Amino acid sequence: MTQEPAFALEVEDVHKSYGNNEVLKGISMSARKGDVISLIGSSGAGKSTFLRCLNFLEQPDRGRFIVNGEEVALKADKQGRLHPENWRQIERLRTGLSMVFQSFNLWAHMTVLQNVIEAPMHVLGQNRREATERAEALLAKVGLFDKRDAYPAFLSGGQQQRAAIARALCMEPSVMLFDEPTSALDPELVGEVLKVIRDLAEEGRTMILVTHEMSFARDVSDHVMFLHQGRVEEEGTPEKVFGSPDSARCRDFTANLRN
Amino acid sequence: MANLSYLELLAPYPPGWGGVLLAGAASTLAISFGAYLTGMALGLMGAWGKLKGGRISALLLDGYTTGIRAIPELILIIGLYYAGTDGLNRLLAGLGLPPVEVNGFIAAVAVLGIVQGAYMTEVFRGAILAVPTGQIEAAAAFGMRPSLRFRRVILPAMIPNALPGLANLWMSVTKDSALIAVLGYQELALATRIAAGNTKHYFLFFLAAAAIYLVISLLSTRLFNLLERRARRGQPLPH
Repeated sequence: MTQEPAFALEVEDVHKSYGNNEVLKGISMSARKGDVISLIGSSGAGKSTFLRCLNFLEQPDRGRFIVNGEEVALKADKQGRLHPENWRQIERLRTGLSMVFQSFNLWAHMTVLQNVIEAPMHVLGQNRREATERAEALLAKVGLFDKRDAYPAFLSGGQQQRAAIARALCMEPSVMLFDEPTSALDPELVGEVLKVIRDLAEEGRTMILVTHEMSFARDVSDHVMFLHQGRVEEEGTPEKVFGSPDSARCRDFTANLRN
Repeated sequence: MANLSYLELLAPYPPGWGGVLLAGAASTLAISFGAYLTGMALGLMGAWGKLKGGRISALLLDGYTTGIRAIPELILIIGLYYAGTDGLNRLLAGLGLPPVEVNGFIAAVAVLGIVQGAYMTEVFRGAILAVPTGQIEAAAAFGMRPSLRFRRVILPAMIPNALPGLANLWMSVTKDSALIAVLGYQELALATRIAAGNTKHYFLFFLAAAAIYLVISLLSTRLFNLLERRARRGQPLPH
């Protein structure tokens, strides 16, 4: 048996600019299997951009990316910016890095069930029966079994996001990426989605979570990173980041959580 | 001949001319359908080229859509037909081959298909741009290759946006096919003229032809409504 890599995801020194605006100024992160890492910080700090660099929805300009022990092959262009050497590798690695989006991004022309089995069938090549069986179990788990034949537009935001989580789970990913999963929801719907994510965290799934739900991040995370202007300003255990941060900015940001 | 009643004139077998008209209508539908499918293929490629291609392909496609849409269809049909056959025969002559007579049906489908393609390029371009980017991004994030993204997400998601425009184009191609009469290919319009000229019952036969065009339009509208309802089944109706 080959040795399992210790880290599900390791990234080093990620940089990203839009024109002259450098939004990520060298961020590193390593996630062990089962780690829940939360990224917090004010808007524009670079949290979502960093998360989207992890599965190359945004192309980072610099950095090293190692997914389950496999390094992403990157080559530099004339300006020194990195590009994937082989998009096939990116596409293959993406199947292990399921993403849950702020605005759900369910495929509107497919029912909930079809959304969940789409990538397992057409990307992973699983047969319909096997994929459907797993999808129905996952939909039951997120409380949407009876909505499996509904189209996304007929569901509430909370239901759509739970369907999106089932879709991400059906890929049996090694890491789940959550991009502000409750920011587009009405306040009364936030709880049902957070409960599902909390259950996943307790199952020992590896998750990277960008969130504005501070008390949630404090409760579920093993590690919290506070980003400010494209840099990691403070990181550590939730007790440290929320309880006694070194950075004054982080202290201000998390102030309303301390009594 | 002058003694035949209207019903006898419209009978589907000689001495009635109904059969000629119906055969013409079948040709009209066949030409329209062929041109429509050709236009769809050209339109999909054109839209993809405009959205994803490089500068050169976008420039060439702009020339295609602007040029075709700027010139009256009658002129295009005559021009493309004669220029097309002339060009083909020059090419064949250059290769030392004998000239060919271009099959009227294929010429009609090709010429109308090129015209439809220009309009379809714009219909599909708009329809693709209207697909929410988040859905395409989700497809990418789940490891779909660009071709799979197009087939499984972009194409089915843009169809409801494209259908109203596509229905318009179908309506217009069924009537534009009448222009093919100038090339001497016997579709409904030319069949009507022949029947009317032979019997001198112009009013009767043109009225009959109008009725056939109307039936084609009504059935098509119904079909497109059904297609659109099916394509939009995932979308709530606007209030």
